[in-house]
Amino acid sequence: MALDHVLGRSPAVSAVTETRGARLLLVAVAMAFLALFLFLPLVAVFIEAFRRGTGTYLAALAEPETLAAIRLTLTVAAIAVPLNLVFGVCAAWAIAKFEFKGKAFLTTLIDLPFSVSPVISGLVYVLLFGANSVLGPWLKSYGIEILFAVPGIVLATIFVTFPFVARELIPLMQEQGTGDEEAALSLGASGWQTFWRVTLPNIKWGLLYGVLLCNARAMGEFGAVSVVSGHVRGLTNTMPLQVEILYNEYNFVAAFAVASLLALLALVTLVLKSILEYRFGDAIAASNGH
Amino acid sequence: MTTTTAETGWHFRRPSVIPGFGLTLGFTIAYLTLIILIPLSGVVWRSASLGWADFWTIATDERTLQALKISFGASLIAALVNVAFGVLVAWVLVRYSFPGRRIVDAVVDLPFALPTAVAGIALTAIYSPNGWIGSLLAPLDIKVAFTPLGIVIALIFIGLPFVVRTVQPVMEEIDREVEEAAATLGAHRLQTVSRVILPSLAPAIFTGFALAFARAVGEYGSVIFIAGNIPYVSEIAPLLIVIRLEEFDYAAATAIAAVMLAISFAMLLVINLIQAWSRRRYGYGS
Amino acid sequence: MTHSRYSRLLGMLVAGSVQFGALGVAFADTTLLNVSYDPTRELYKEFNTAFAAKWKEETGETVTIQTSHGGSGKQARAVIDGLEADVVTLALEADINAIVENTGKIPENWRSLLPNNSAPYTSTIVFLVRKDNPKNLKDWGDLVQEGVEVITPNPKTSGGARWNFLAAWAWALDEYGGDEDKALEYVAQLYSQVPVLDTGARGSTTTFVQRGIGDVLLAWENEAFLSLEELGPDQFEIVVPSLSIKAEPPVALVDGNVDAKGTRKAAEAYLEYLYSDVGQQLAAKHFYRPANPEKADPEDMKRFPDLKLATIDDFGGWKEAQPRFFGDGGIFDQIYKPAGRN
Repeated sequence: MALDHVLGRSPAVSAVTETRGARLLLVAVAMAFLALFLFLPLVAVFIEAFRRGTGTYLAALAEPETLAAIRLTLTVAAIAVPLNLVFGVCAAWAIAKFEFKGKAFLTTLIDLPFSVSPVISGLVYVLLFGANSVLGPWLKSYGIEILFAVPGIVLATIFVTFPFVARELIPLMQEQGTGDEEAALSLGASGWQTFWRVTLPNIKWGLLYGVLLCNARAMGEFGAVSVVSGHVRGLTNTMPLQVEILYNEYNFVAAFAVASLLALLALVTLVLKSILEYRFGDAIAASNGH
Repeated sequence: MTTTTAETGWHFRRPSVIPGFGLTLGFTIAYLTLIILIPLSGVVWRSASLGWADFWTIATDERTLQALKISFGASLIAALVNVAFGVLVAWVLVRYSFPGRRIVDAVVDLPFALPTAVAGIALTAIYSPNGWIGSLLAPLDIKVAFTPLGIVIALIFIGLPFVVRTVQPVMEEIDREVEEAAATLGAHRLQTVSRVILPSLAPAIFTGFALAFARAVGEYGSVIFIAGNIPYVSEIAPLLIVIRLEEFDYAAATAIAAVMLAISFAMLLVINLIQAWSRRRYGYGS
Repeated sequence: MTHSRYSRLLGMLVAGSVQFGALGVAFADTTLLNVSYDPTRELYKEFNTAFAAKWKEETGETVTIQTSHGGSGKQARAVIDGLEADVVTLALEADINAIVENTGKIPENWRSLLPNNSAPYTSTIVFLVRKDNPKNLKDWGDLVQEGVEVITPNPKTSGGARWNFLAAWAWALDEYGGDEDKALEYVAQLYSQVPVLDTGARGSTTTFVQRGIGDVLLAWENEAFLSLEELGPDQFEIVVPSLSIKAEPPVALVDGNVDAKGTRKAAEAYLEYLYSDVGQQLAAKHFYRPANPEKADPEDMKRFPDLKLATIDDFGGWKEAQPRFFGDGGIFDQIYKPAGRN
């Protein structure tokens, strides 16, 4: 009975859910899988971070170079995520709401950054803006530095997180179809009104997921940023690079402390999402139950 | 008039009352060109400076082929595992409420947030012969860290959120009424799931698979810690690229990158075409 | 239409870059950038403070020294691609040569511009074994006994690991009276007993120390001392083989950059200071063998045992050794060819 309470939704929907035994089994298998691949690494990170106690943990985070890395990472995410958000909505709108030639090709091009090795995503900007390129020296003559400075790190981050929002929205918007929008338009709403009042409420959770993922990945990206950063201490090291440096200096506690902070940032954004869900729960129910 | 244009044969897009096509597609293509295509063309251009013969020698070198085989093989296995368990995890998170569900939901994103190097170090620590799980497997003579199996483990880790997070929102949107209708018509649960729910999830599952796979192929940071990196055995293609870079041989590095890019692009394109076809065939979203 | 939007975007991007470029430039009087490799952090942290104090005293100028650390080859690549280093302090002559060839920012004859082949400190390759040396590994020959696992990084990706390889080669050549086939056989056997080829020296140390893999770690002497100090003096010990190699991590002034930035005077003084009493003492303190031992603290010098050392010149210099041993299809690649493996 207690289990029924824990696992069940309500007796009324029993026709559309599984038996209690099946539910238990599925939850158990899913949790076992997650434990093996996700929880254990997470626990390992926190155990290492707190190995020498809370005091050392906090002291490690208060290092000026670490603080500079945290600031840089937040700055980079604050630029890269909104840009990819706008792009993602545009791309999903064009792809999901219209039928046109070469759509699968375009979708594949959007997916492409996922399959580009981080090593290469950094290298492409080196080839484009490096000292041996055409653009690099030209921009430099105007005092604009891209590589080994913040703009290069931002560009590499945008590249790596490019598809996230679009990829989250496209299947969702395809699943939803164009019926709602057509109805709104036929009732006399303008294009923008339709987007803000009809489409956006429909996709907002998918959008939020996309942004959260994009943000998490933007802050955690290591490979591509490592190539374009130059690793100057306190200037161009992001948090993941700082982790590597600390680890390579046998400063394991500090390395894992910074890593745990990145994990915490991800958790915090998810908690924010939960709060939103809770506060606007009615609105969601309304938008889903139309 | 619209019908006549449609019947006269080729037309770029099917007419629609929905506005914003030019604006959104234009911006999409501009941004895509600027951020992705122009930089990537640099890779192709650099490897083109090799000449066809040299390019072919590098691309068909036995060691390159072996590395590509390891990268693509391990990625395929990891993506398949992720599809099976990722859909299950999404299902459990969407449909059931159980203690700690929100925390589990949050932790799914961890592989994105954790720098790949940290993930590699943490996984190696757990799966190496003196680690928590490695020490349990050692008596069974199963080695995970520093073998190809280790590569698969790391790739499962980094790919999991792709499947869960693409499937989850679509799953939340599934109309319960359809399931109820199926149940009313006498379908038992397994039939409802396999005939009604899974097909409507198929595009999302496909997408998740493609993304997890694509991401895994290029992964470097987490794999090098756990793989062992022995040539011909556990050397992945991105490592080979780094090796060429260390030799200051940009052309060879970009050549391997171009080969990887071409293969990934072809595979993604096939997956997306299948999806587009199945959408037209079964009429999702229209 | 697409075109106008494209150029507008480019404009936005450029404008943004200008702002961020400006953020990075908050100069004191002079700022030097020392692009170095991983293990020198502790050394240069102390040395930078000492040099800044000395410079202030002599000239009244405040000098800020920024440092960048990473794998030696990767760091050289960053300088080639435009990282504006005033001085480079790397693990390998070959890496500085690459900067010379690809940018011309360092003169061809850089190696003769500073004393001791432009290497203010040197090191050598030793064995780190587990406490009490359970497998009784005394010299290179013992490493190829059955069941011995050797940990060393990949010479393709780690500059330090190339010294390891050459040290093994030098010993084998000496042992087998100059027979190169025998030497090749020896290193092939040695590397077939390497279970993990990490990409960097510190990665190998972690594999050996933290993961407990392997019986012996081939390491730079300074790295071996440091891991002993940092990771467990009671768990490991150092074994010095009968013959090793003199590893010379060189330093150079990046002329092209210091002239552009107007930092030549300070940068030159910085490198010269490495050869001073203070510089040499700090090198010895951080487990590097100073170029002028008499300048260092005799207490620190006690820990460096005398041993027979081959030098890179025995291999015809890096210009010859690099492509022959570590180039594409070179000797290292050959020992991993499936047919050549045992």
